[in-house]
Amino acid sequence: MSSRAERTAIGEWLWTIDQWLLGGVGLLMIFGIVLLLAGSPAVAESHHLNTFYFVNRQAQFLALSITVLLFASALSPRMVRRVSLIVFIVAFAGVCATFFVGGDIKGAKRWISLAGITIQPSEFLKPAFVVVAAWAFSEGARRKDMPGTIIAILLVGTLVPLVMQPDVGQTMLLMAVWCILFFLAGLHYLWVVGLAGAGAVGALLAYKIFPHVTARVNRFFEKGSGDTFQVDTALESFIAGGWLGKGPGEGTIKRILPDAHTDVIFAVTGEEFGIVTCLIVLSLFAFIVLRGLYLAQRNEDPFCRLAASGLVTIFGLQATINMAVNLSLMPPKGMTLPFISYGGSSLVSLGLSIGFLIAVTRKRPRAEILDRIINDAPKGSLFAGSRP
Amino acid sequence: MKLQPQKQVRGRFSLPKLKLPSFKPFRIKLPIFGLPKLVKKFGSGLFSTTLSKSTSRLKLVMLGFSCLYLLLGGRLIQLGLSPDEPTPYRKAVTDTLGIARPSVLDRNGELMAADVKLYSVYVEPKRLIDLDDAVELINGVFPDIDYKELRRKFAKRAGFVWIKREISPAQMAQVNSLGLPGLGFLPEYKRMYPNGSIASHVMGFTDKDNKGIAGIEKFIDTSGLNDLNGLGFGAVRSTDLKPVELSIDMRVTHAMRDELQKGMTRYKAKAAAGVILNVNTGEIVAHVSLPDYDPNTPVDALDNNHIDRMSVGRYEMGSTFKALTTAMALDSGKVSMNSTFDARNALTYGRFRIRDSHNLGRSLTVPEIFMHSSNIGTARMALSIGVEAHKAFLKKLGQLDTMRTELPEAAPPIVPKNWGELNTMTISFGHGLAVTPLQASVAVASLVNGGIFLSPTVLKRSEAEASKLGKRVIKPETSENLRYVLRLNAERGTATRANIPGYFVGAKTGTAEKVVGGRYSKNKVLTTFMAVAPADKPKYLFTIILDEPQGIPETHNFVTSGWNAAPVAGNIIERVGPMLDMTPRFDPPVQPFPYVARLNLKVPQ
Repeated sequence: MSSRAERTAIGEWLWTIDQWLLGGVGLLMIFGIVLLLAGSPAVAESHHLNTFYFVNRQAQFLALSITVLLFASALSPRMVRRVSLIVFIVAFAGVCATFFVGGDIKGAKRWISLAGITIQPSEFLKPAFVVVAAWAFSEGARRKDMPGTIIAILLVGTLVPLVMQPDVGQTMLLMAVWCILFFLAGLHYLWVVGLAGAGAVGALLAYKIFPHVTARVNRFFEKGSGDTFQVDTALESFIAGGWLGKGPGEGTIKRILPDAHTDVIFAVTGEEFGIVTCLIVLSLFAFIVLRGLYLAQRNEDPFCRLAASGLVTIFGLQATINMAVNLSLMPPKGMTLPFISYGGSSLVSLGLSIGFLIAVTRKRPRAEILDRIINDAPKGSLFAGSRP
Repeated sequence: MKLQPQKQVRGRFSLPKLKLPSFKPFRIKLPIFGLPKLVKKFGSGLFSTTLSKSTSRLKLVMLGFSCLYLLLGGRLIQLGLSPDEPTPYRKAVTDTLGIARPSVLDRNGELMAADVKLYSVYVEPKRLIDLDDAVELINGVFPDIDYKELRRKFAKRAGFVWIKREISPAQMAQVNSLGLPGLGFLPEYKRMYPNGSIASHVMGFTDKDNKGIAGIEKFIDTSGLNDLNGLGFGAVRSTDLKPVELSIDMRVTHAMRDELQKGMTRYKAKAAAGVILNVNTGEIVAHVSLPDYDPNTPVDALDNNHIDRMSVGRYEMGSTFKALTTAMALDSGKVSMNSTFDARNALTYGRFRIRDSHNLGRSLTVPEIFMHSSNIGTARMALSIGVEAHKAFLKKLGQLDTMRTELPEAAPPIVPKNWGELNTMTISFGHGLAVTPLQASVAVASLVNGGIFLSPTVLKRSEAEASKLGKRVIKPETSENLRYVLRLNAERGTATRANIPGYFVGAKTGTAEKVVGGRYSKNKVLTTFMAVAPADKPKYLFTIILDEPQGIPETHNFVTSGWNAAPVAGNIIERVGPMLDMTPRFDPPVQPFPYVARLNLKVPQ
């Protein structure tokens, strides 16, 4: 492709990015299309759409997503911050706009229609929020004179419209990532305990305030207390599929579950391709997450470290929650499986997210990093001791 | 554009301008809050964040994620290892159907009951996609089903719902072409009785799930078939099961049923019943109770009028019971064939008077008492033996307890609570003790077969098996004496209409007056008839009863047994004799009763 001898822009990009991470994500995208080929036709037919409607749409969005990913991955950390800030502001405005122009789907206003395309602004809010929060935390930790931590805390306030949509799942996801970022930024353990307490209170409030959350949680803890249809069916599908699955197209559960192409695609995978395939998909997610965290840990730039951790965490948590719900380890939560579930906004947002991740984990000349750190480092900070 | 490290590293305005211009708004704005100072007062250690901790904390996050992935992987493996749960329909199979039943054959190997495989259509509602659509389509194939009920069941998302049991192949094809997921067929076994009503009371019947609930069908279930099904062997085919061989002879049963039917019509009787017992094995060769039902439509069996009159109906057997009294008296040794009893006057006991229907006005010998069916003579005979001995003898012959066969249906006899001399007197000629006709038949069979009591059976039993089960109740000589008097009665007494040439029949008639409104009625009678053939070496006992036969011109309006039950029995013997292993003999047997011949009996008049 490109030799390391001559330094072209593409060559430099290729040799500085983490190829393992990109390879893992690429593999996941391929899995996504294949698994969607199995899971979505039944749903498409029940909606009286073309059999491969969802697959075609997903492929189109995937192309867009890959483009976004590549562009984002070529950004410098500084540009990542700037782009994130812009995306954050736009997405936040979008989330607010859903209250006025949003389409109502399943009791929640999460969508806005733009030129014939429905967009879920909260999806784009996710990577932007994480990067902006990471930025604030890193600044707060790096420079005593910068009230980054305060900004980060104030950022939580931007999640209010999200709760009001209501999109409890996304809010909790973002809150969890925010907490992990705070934790990584070196928060005192006393605060960790406090935040955990606050999280518990928040979860309890969600349980008390939102009837659909109440119902879901109740159903999970009292087996057989009501309609546990979707959960039971998902679990049955894993058992029915066995180790090697019934074979592509042989599954029956996808015909019954309305969310076969989104929330429960993991169960559909289990039925048709078997538990072995599910384990492979699980390993792929685990690889991407652990590789990302490893890269974050190796990174010496505080912002890059926090941003990478945050982006990997939101990706990993979302996947974990989705799989846990499919495996009946958690109360049902409307969460998609990254790159596997159908969803245009989600796919493009994921492209952006992974693009940012690759961008902030790029190998950069050590001097470039140190330069910035030492240049700005105030007294008593990370590299205080190494200052000349 | 690497910059040299500067000495001035603190102070927020010390940054080169080209660095992070977008930061400015923040940096300018935020000090307005004045919070950093406040925070520092609270304790900088508590609130400040330090990135130096992030390496170890990142490791903690990695560990956390690793644990989550291990948990998910473990769960997947657990699901992979968990056995495929029995799907609802499989549960339903073991619960309700698939009970293959053995075929039932008659004694000659003719098929009497067999399983026929039919398909039933069910639905697993949770696998249906559009419930209303499904109900509509199903209703199209089965217009007679209650679609509202079906819709209600579907909405409950139950695991398994029957749509229709036992559908036709055409309906099956129609349902199949609906192409609905969740719809399926299960083979079910339905019991068929190709011979209809023949021996229906012996066969019993099965319910919708092919479980035996009456007759031999219930016996099959209680004798081990259910155990097999309970262990999960329920799906075996009926051809895998050893057929059940009955003692019943289908052809003989059919002939007897036909003759009884004719007799019932001719004598306008309310009911008729009959049994043919193999006296040497205790096997029930034919068993008919009319009116009967067709086990293919089991609901008919519930009609009260369709009870098994042979083993559930209880009757005062009338004069046929005198065979028991005569045998008892002779076997006791206190009475001999030449003993005479005064039968001139009615026997009075308190305010009761026992009369004979045609009083000969003289003392009678034992054979004469039997032949003329003298109530007075029989009662005196019983009295000479005593109450206790009478009870003991009847007990020995199984007349005071429920007579059991393999069939679950059996009624206990109605025995008087305070059994005194009067009871013994009336019971001696068949009144005051109500037994099932089968019960009386078994007793008489054991009296004529040489004196061996054999419990009756509807299953095939060989003579060798029977000889092990047999229990002696009277002496062989007594048995021969009884056969002699029976033969005498058929030749010259009340049973001549059953004296079919060639079979050397010995028989006894009985006409029991039915109790109507607490009094014995002269017109409403139950006529009974027992015949043994051949009387010299007995093989079969024929018992028939007619319930309330009417007098007709041909019988000179008589309703007694000799006029109706006897000719019916005669017709039966004549018709079934060739089917049973009885070769007609047209020369009278030489010395049929060797023991009696030595007694120098006075010729009975």
